[in-house]
Amino acid sequence: METAFTVLALGMLVAAAAAMSLRNLIHCALCLVGAFGGAAGLFLTLGAEFVAFAQVLVYVGAISILIVFALLLTSTRAVETAQPWVPPRGLGPTVAGLVTGLLLAAVGLSPGLPEKTAATSAVSVQELGRELLTRQAPALLAVGLLLTAALIGAVVVALREPPPTSGKEEPPA
Amino acid sequence: MFAVETLNQGPGSPGQLWMQWVPLSWQPAAAALLGAATIVAVFAGLFALTTWLERKGLARIQNRPGPNRVGPAGLLQPAADGLKMLLKEDIRPWAADPWVHTLAPLLKVVPVFCALAVIPFGRHLVALHLDAGLVFFLAMGAITEVALFMAGWGSRNKYSLLGAMRAIAQLISYEVPLALAALTAVLAAGSLSLPAIVDSQAGWYPGGLARWHVFTPWGLAGLVLFFIGTTAKANRAPFDLPEGESEIIAGHLVEYSGFKYALFFLGEYLLLFGYSAVGITLFLGGWRAPFAWLDWIPSPAWFALKLLACIAWFIWLRGTVPRLRADQLMHFAWKFLLPLGLLANAAALLWQATAGWDFAGASLLRWGLAGGLVLVPYQVLGRMLLGAAAGRPRHYRFAD
Repeated sequence: METAFTVLALGMLVAAAAAMSLRNLIHCALCLVGAFGGAAGLFLTLGAEFVAFAQVLVYVGAISILIVFALLLTSTRAVETAQPWVPPRGLGPTVAGLVTGLLLAAVGLSPGLPEKTAATSAVSVQELGRELLTRQAPALLAVGLLLTAALIGAVVVALREPPPTSGKEEPPA
Repeated sequence: MFAVETLNQGPGSPGQLWMQWVPLSWQPAAAALLGAATIVAVFAGLFALTTWLERKGLARIQNRPGPNRVGPAGLLQPAADGLKMLLKEDIRPWAADPWVHTLAPLLKVVPVFCALAVIPFGRHLVALHLDAGLVFFLAMGAITEVALFMAGWGSRNKYSLLGAMRAIAQLISYEVPLALAALTAVLAAGSLSLPAIVDSQAGWYPGGLARWHVFTPWGLAGLVLFFIGTTAKANRAPFDLPEGESEIIAGHLVEYSGFKYALFFLGEYLLLFGYSAVGITLFLGGWRAPFAWLDWIPSPAWFALKLLACIAWFIWLRGTVPRLRADQLMHFAWKFLLPLGLLANAAALLWQATAGWDFAGASLLRWGLAGGLVLVPYQVLGRMLLGAAAGRPRHYRFAD
């Protein structure tokens, strides 16, 4: 178990470092897929089967494709960006620092995890589902609302206003 | 009863004999190796057989003999093809990305072989019993999207890239109705484990008909949705736009030759077998017999029979249906299959909620309610999407 953790963690670190440092953006995205796969492996070593498979299904199968699509669809044409009010070099570390600080604060303020006892067994999918739909239901609903809002936002952004009638046929959508 | 049990244990007993020779500490590794080797051998063999079946079947549909030169009735054609693929030169374009181009075929095949491990092929015949087996299968199936993108982008060819973009758009879109269709059976069984889903279809209706999910209104809808999604996921006609030989000269496969090309085909057929097997497990009773009086036939034989029937159905479909347009593909997935998938789940919930009904004509009413919940929107939605074309008589430009 220790060996598996070391190998997976090292692989993830290498993949993450490569994702940040490679010149070709597509290579970076593919390395990020490797890092996601390593995270799924780590979940497996912890006995969290469902989370590991969901990680592969959602991150390797969907999020990575989303990133790649975004890269391919935006790199060919010039993207107009507004001048940010914070210099870009400062923006990255600021956001990263804020997120890290928030996470650290959340971990630090939460009560300690219960000690592992002999009675503790791996959580089954049934228990996970029951917990998600009872005690954690507000969080699940909030995440669902957030995703719906993002989806509607994406549709609004992608929706093109029909051009004023110029006698020409509309280009196929 | 003893004979049935012996027949069911049949496929596993050579393995058990072999395991007795292995030292105790090596047994887990040896068992895993044995299971993996069996799956690889059986499904690679089935792939070879299916290429022959498909060429023969398509030839029959098109009124020509098909392969008939190598071996009796052309049966050795797959061996000849494999040998040819092995001996061909492996060409990598000068501009292609060496790593991405080489890794793509591997990433297409390996996850699909892993996915096959969770399918129960017989009464005691499952290589990897996972609590979340269905999620594992879908996750492994999702990795092929990355493989297709790598193949398309790594080849540095505009047709490859176009094919990859088409493939990803199609795979992501059809993943949704596929997962929704699978969810109906999960709702009924209350479990994500495939053997448990097979167990939920145990028993017989009065009259000896098996209690398969397909014999319920939501199960029938789920099966149809699942197999439409399977056709799209496996890139088969009428959903073979990513290859589209007449438009984008085979898409992501343009720059592949030799055995890498064969690996892509192996991956595609394995995906078809895997999704068919999961469809059988979810809705067609898995390895269970359709009638009580046929229960003595060993379970792996039933599974093989059902799988071959599914393959025959997909060959027939490929021979009869023309390719869709890209916009038809997207409209079909998002405007038609997605709402019907949600409704099939609602019907499954209704079926569960009314399971306790116990008065005269209860089952007829249940059938009417749950079936109407799917069938009425099917008609209404279909007519709405077709628009004015639904009312006009059909006109075939080249066939009248």
